[in-house]
Amino acid sequence: MNPVLELEDLHVHYGSIHALKGVSLKVFAGEIVSLIGANGAGKTTTLRALSGIVPCRGRISMNSKEIQTLPSHQRVRLGLAQSPEGRGVFPLMTVEENLDMGAFIYSDKEQINQDRDFCFTLFPRLKERRSQLAGTLSGGEQQMVAISRALMARPQVLLLDEPSLGLAPLIVAQIFEIVKHLNELKKMSILLVEQNARMALKFSHRAYVMETGKITLSGNAADLLSDDSIRRSYLGH
Amino acid sequence: MNEFIQHIINGISMGAIYALIALGYTMVYGILQFINFAHADIYMVGAFASYYLARFFQLGEHPHWSWFFIALGLSTLVCALLGFAIEKIAYRPLRKSPKLNILITAIGVSLFLEYAGQLLFGVDPKLFPPLLTESVLFSIGGINVMSLDVIILGISILAMFVLHRVVYHSKLGKAMRAVSQNSTVAAMLGISIDRVISFTFILGSSLAGIAAVLVGMRYPKIEPMMGMLMGTKAFVAAVLGGIGSLPGAVLGGLIMGLSEEMVVGYLQSTYRDALSFGILIVILIFKPTGLLGTKRIEKV
Repeated sequence: MNPVLELEDLHVHYGSIHALKGVSLKVFAGEIVSLIGANGAGKTTTLRALSGIVPCRGRISMNSKEIQTLPSHQRVRLGLAQSPEGRGVFPLMTVEENLDMGAFIYSDKEQINQDRDFCFTLFPRLKERRSQLAGTLSGGEQQMVAISRALMARPQVLLLDEPSLGLAPLIVAQIFEIVKHLNELKKMSILLVEQNARMALKFSHRAYVMETGKITLSGNAADLLSDDSIRRSYLGH
Repeated sequence: MNEFIQHIINGISMGAIYALIALGYTMVYGILQFINFAHADIYMVGAFASYYLARFFQLGEHPHWSWFFIALGLSTLVCALLGFAIEKIAYRPLRKSPKLNILITAIGVSLFLEYAGQLLFGVDPKLFPPLLTESVLFSIGGINVMSLDVIILGISILAMFVLHRVVYHSKLGKAMRAVSQNSTVAAMLGISIDRVISFTFILGSSLAGIAAVLVGMRYPKIEPMMGMLMGTKAFVAAVLGGIGSLPGAVLGGLIMGLSEEMVVGYLQSTYRDALSFGILIVILIFKPTGLLGTKRIEKV
């Protein structure tokens, strides 16, 4: 079986800093794959390179089609959508307008409305706040907007960057449940970047561990969760 | 009292024109965070385009509504194309270089248009032909409301209304706002930043094109350097309202027009041009974000 998303020997430079030093990873259809590691390991950079926000060397393929030379806005059309680090909601636009921007590449009103309703069933809170400016929402709600906005693009692979960052534990759990739900219901492949390694491993099928720009370890999430060195370095005991 | 109301009417009609041009500055700033110094020269080219159209068909001899709208359309079209071309040729290649480079380039483009204008159109001022017959539309208690003022105001309001619809309700308009708020994320969502920027320049320059014809009819003396002073005032209007804010540009334009008219009416007309610079200095000292502007965090 071919992976939906494959990265081969990806390199990214920020000026003289070699941020990614040959990252290779695969995401298969219907999988939740998490990318864990310490601050500055290159997790977010990997996702930024995937979405075409930073230039990279190496190969990125979606369904065996190489996409590394495509500009950001064309990658979305191939089924790659991202909920970025720090949420990146449009603060002066309403919740509904934010979601509409997620569906920018589509013009089939009916389906867009259905997708929006689907997001509202996932996050009923957003329905209540649909005409509120996104900048006035709480962190958790903004995270819901960011995820919903990415869903509006009908991704085949959903990229989630630190969905738990800065949120209360209860909301984190809720968001992870929804990620799992999306994966089971829509058979969506998900690449999840997380610092909250325990949570990420609990909800993923497979995982990659990153350290200073390289993948140092990979395997089944359940195995990694019980791996001694992982426990010591990332799970805190 | 009558005199006062007369001044108010004049001020509003001039203010509406400042607002139209200020909107162009503020829109480009909202998207790219730089001042397009060539904006007012685009306006100058629009005025000359309709001047040559009018001269070619000798429109000044038989003013008519349809001619007015044709001139308006031509000026808008020429300005839109020019704005589109300037962005594509001069600014786009510099998108990734430091902001200062693009700012200096904008000054360069401005000078280029001014002096190319002198070369092509000649340095002498030209008389903009009357596209419509000026008449007293109605008078109340000794106040004459001139048809021209009403037309200027009407067209400006219409243009701003259309702009509002586009920016707040069309897909590309919403994309414009998204890009101005977070261009990286906008690109991630499938929005082509290049297209949005082109669209912004087309929209802003079109408004300058409309303003060009309206000013031509009100102050029928046009020359290649006419953009300089108008540009400064509209820029001050945009800063006064809060650069980047569309309602701010309209408000700034109106305040500018009204206060200038009051200076002319009650102080001395020679102070008129000094006023805009005075306002700029005061605003920069006391409220650099402008009346309706918000502080934006500069991101690295």
